[in-house]
Amino acid sequence: MAGHGHHEESFVSKYIFSQDHKMISKQFLVTAIAMGVVAVLLSVLFRIQLGWPSEPNSFVHFFLGDRWAPGGIMSGGAYLALVTIHGTIMVFFVLTGGLSGTFSNLLIPLQIGARDMASGFLNMLSYWFFFVSSVIMLTSLFVETGAASAGWTIYPPLSALPQAIAGSGLGMTLWLVSMVLFVASSLLGGLNYVVTIINLRTKGLTMTRLPLTIWAFLITAVLGVLSFPVLVSAVVLLIMDRSFGTAFYLSDIYIGGEALDVTGGSPILFQHLFWFLGHPEVYIVLLPALGISSQVISTNSRKPIFGYRAMIGSIMAIGFLSFIVWGHHMYVTGMNPFLGAVFVFTTLLIAIPSAVKAFNYITTLWQGNIRMTPAMLFSIGLVSTFVTGGVTGIILADSALDVQVHDTYFVVGHFHIVMGMSAIFGMFAGVYHWFPKMFGRMMNTKMGYAHFWVTMVCGMGVFFPMHFIGLNGSPRRYYAYSEFEYLNATVDLNVLISVFAIIGGIAQIIFLFNFFYSVFRGQKASQNPWQSNTLEWTTPVEHVHGNWPGALPVVHRWPYDYSNPAYEEDFVPQTVPLKPGEEEH
Amino acid sequence: MAGEAGKEISKEELWGGGRSPSSVSYGKMMMWYFLVSDALTFGGLLIAYGVSRHEVIFPWPVGEQVFEGMPFLGGGYPLLYVALMTFILIISSVTMVLAVEAGHRNSKSGVIKWLGYTVVGGFFFLGSQAWEWSHFIHGSGGAFQIEEGLTVNATLGTPEKPGESIQMTLDQGSMVYFTSDFGHELEHAMEASHAEEDAHSHDAHAHDAHGAAETEEAHHVNAADLKPETLILNKYLPGKAFVTGSELDKIWHEKGEGTVRFGANLSTNEYGPQQYADFFFFVTGFHGFHVFSGVLINLIVFIMVVKGVFARRGHYEMVEKIGLYWHFVDLVWVFVFTFFYLV
Repeated sequence: MAGHGHHEESFVSKYIFSQDHKMISKQFLVTAIAMGVVAVLLSVLFRIQLGWPSEPNSFVHFFLGDRWAPGGIMSGGAYLALVTIHGTIMVFFVLTGGLSGTFSNLLIPLQIGARDMASGFLNMLSYWFFFVSSVIMLTSLFVETGAASAGWTIYPPLSALPQAIAGSGLGMTLWLVSMVLFVASSLLGGLNYVVTIINLRTKGLTMTRLPLTIWAFLITAVLGVLSFPVLVSAVVLLIMDRSFGTAFYLSDIYIGGEALDVTGGSPILFQHLFWFLGHPEVYIVLLPALGISSQVISTNSRKPIFGYRAMIGSIMAIGFLSFIVWGHHMYVTGMNPFLGAVFVFTTLLIAIPSAVKAFNYITTLWQGNIRMTPAMLFSIGLVSTFVTGGVTGIILADSALDVQVHDTYFVVGHFHIVMGMSAIFGMFAGVYHWFPKMFGRMMNTKMGYAHFWVTMVCGMGVFFPMHFIGLNGSPRRYYAYSEFEYLNATVDLNVLISVFAIIGGIAQIIFLFNFFYSVFRGQKASQNPWQSNTLEWTTPVEHVHGNWPGALPVVHRWPYDYSNPAYEEDFVPQTVPLKPGEEEH
Repeated sequence: MAGEAGKEISKEELWGGGRSPSSVSYGKMMMWYFLVSDALTFGGLLIAYGVSRHEVIFPWPVGEQVFEGMPFLGGGYPLLYVALMTFILIISSVTMVLAVEAGHRNSKSGVIKWLGYTVVGGFFFLGSQAWEWSHFIHGSGGAFQIEEGLTVNATLGTPEKPGESIQMTLDQGSMVYFTSDFGHELEHAMEASHAEEDAHSHDAHAHDAHGAAETEEAHHVNAADLKPETLILNKYLPGKAFVTGSELDKIWHEKGEGTVRFGANLSTNEYGPQQYADFFFFVTGFHGFHVFSGVLINLIVFIMVVKGVFARRGHYEMVEKIGLYWHFVDLVWVFVFTFFYLV
């Protein structure tokens, strides 16, 4: 917030320990991309195992070596470690840290007309906590006993007893340490986002003139500030159980034929604490993606977003409801059926604001003057996957149905479509849309199209058939499905899924190439390449400290004045004053 | 940075951008949100405590009977010391308010005085907690578990103040307590025999040099030969009672092998269920860690005040921010105190 002097910056203060939100945003993005590449690679490896179980494979052998894939056949322990770290990286490092970190940092100050985040120093700390946390998580892949293997939800007792399986040892400890640092990063970031949005809006930018991106980032940050601390409680108690002999989650356990001297703890307690974070976490991942899509869809339909206030209301409703639905992850823990019914009710309520959002997107597109930029394709793709995954969500919300498919591939298919694909599509849309703002250059459109279509087809090819093998009774987190007669029918589908997964994974190289090529060689961006209304496009293409070289812009209208008949151009930036007699939206 | 509470500002102007809607700096607002977040961490821990306490089968100890020691005075003062600690901590919140108020008046000497008292109060609390912990860890006499349930004739009250006789049924696994004198004797004897075993295993190949020590050990009482004259039942539960004579023999006969324990640590304790000590240590420790960091921060700001940093800056907002944190830590203690000592 302090005045920004024009002083020469060293390499270190400009590119490494930068306190400028635009640089921190790029740091988050590049780190998230690196983590994403690792997570995709891990998924390709375990998909090879699931598609062609226990067949020697030199690719697998190359990455896992003799220890984890003797003779090129992945070991069961390695499989569990891979799915655990894949899930952890995707949920936390790519879609939480990466998505919010990148776009909240980039867009909050730029779209609200602020010089920078409220506290540049805490913002920098937030990134470096994230970075150290990422490094620890990756390091855990290389420890002797292997990475954490209890799944990304790390349920005790598997995660609480270092002697349980190899992956419960040092790998699990590193996972927990990494996650504590991650929460610190998320907290520092979240506090900054909330305070910046509330305190530092430029003159004229009322709360109902905020772009929906900012609304989504605000609610996301609030969710993070409220839910991550409970994960901290759960994790620190788990650390105590693991390393200091307490019994918060442990009771009457026999391991290796020996009874442990622990009684009275409750593993279900962990699940309650975990999912109190875990469910809001779903929306921490999804809301920024939805916010980005609101912006991209309205801009590229050349139409005001349909139902602006309803969109704000639905974001808030989703945020609120996300705190009272965690029990739907726990229908099979023996909870009181009445309590289960309450969770069914609250969970089904989420369908209402979600449907409001989906229909508002569709009605915004309706009769729009649509520009099919890659960002727009990904945003429309998001709406599609949001609906597809949302529909299976209604099935899973119902405890009577959930009991049948709990912990099967039906669930895996559901959340990968509604949370994985939707959120990553939102992230891609954001990257394609704001790349000119981040790097001053344009990304290649043709490669963007290719990237979208291959990703969309492969994504659906991977996750849609999972519903069928789930309904057929395939449990998740099994190392091979070829050993059970009743699953023979799913063998071919697993091969198909693996083929799509491998193609989809390889297709991301198009994006990587496009991204890094465009950073250096892309076509130079113009001031406002998408003819958008929001404030970030009034800043110079070349980044300056404090964002605007002169005075801060003053806002006179909402951000969605597209195709306003009173104006010649089909967009009216927020800085244009109202004409005499013109009424605001 | 004083508030603008006196001014009339329309809602449009408040939220219209270009100013802070609630007229506070970003730092203070950030502190508020941080405290909300931290409150949820404690909320998670306290709810976990409630759930565990509800689910544990064995009865939960009563605060008044566990915490009745006073430094230098011994036992018999239920909850008195923790009440004193709590009182001091709350008083330190009052002195913090006075420090903030002095800051509003830009009175450097006032801030120094009241912030100084706050730091002293914080240190007193931390020291008291250390004493409380060490008392809790040492316990008061030790206990053992019985292997089979049985019914005995016991006398209500303590040997010093016996009440009426009643029949009591002890469940399998119930805890039975030694008097503190006997407990200490037994603990020493057990430690001595442990030390002897260790010495034997270490020096098995050199027992010539060990001969002298062995004759000395003969003076020690063997722990297995010790037998108490009084056993206390329900020491930390409602309906405290004791047994002697033949009724004691019945219980002594059911003494579970290797179930004798003295005081408390994270994996076992004499007070009751394992979770009782686990949560006590963890939650009061986590809170104590907050107090400790609060005292450190207060101390740093105290030094900054003395050096005149805020006098030069023209306002003492930093004192307000650490004040928020300090009040929060006190407030959390009120909950911790309620849940761990009172109910």
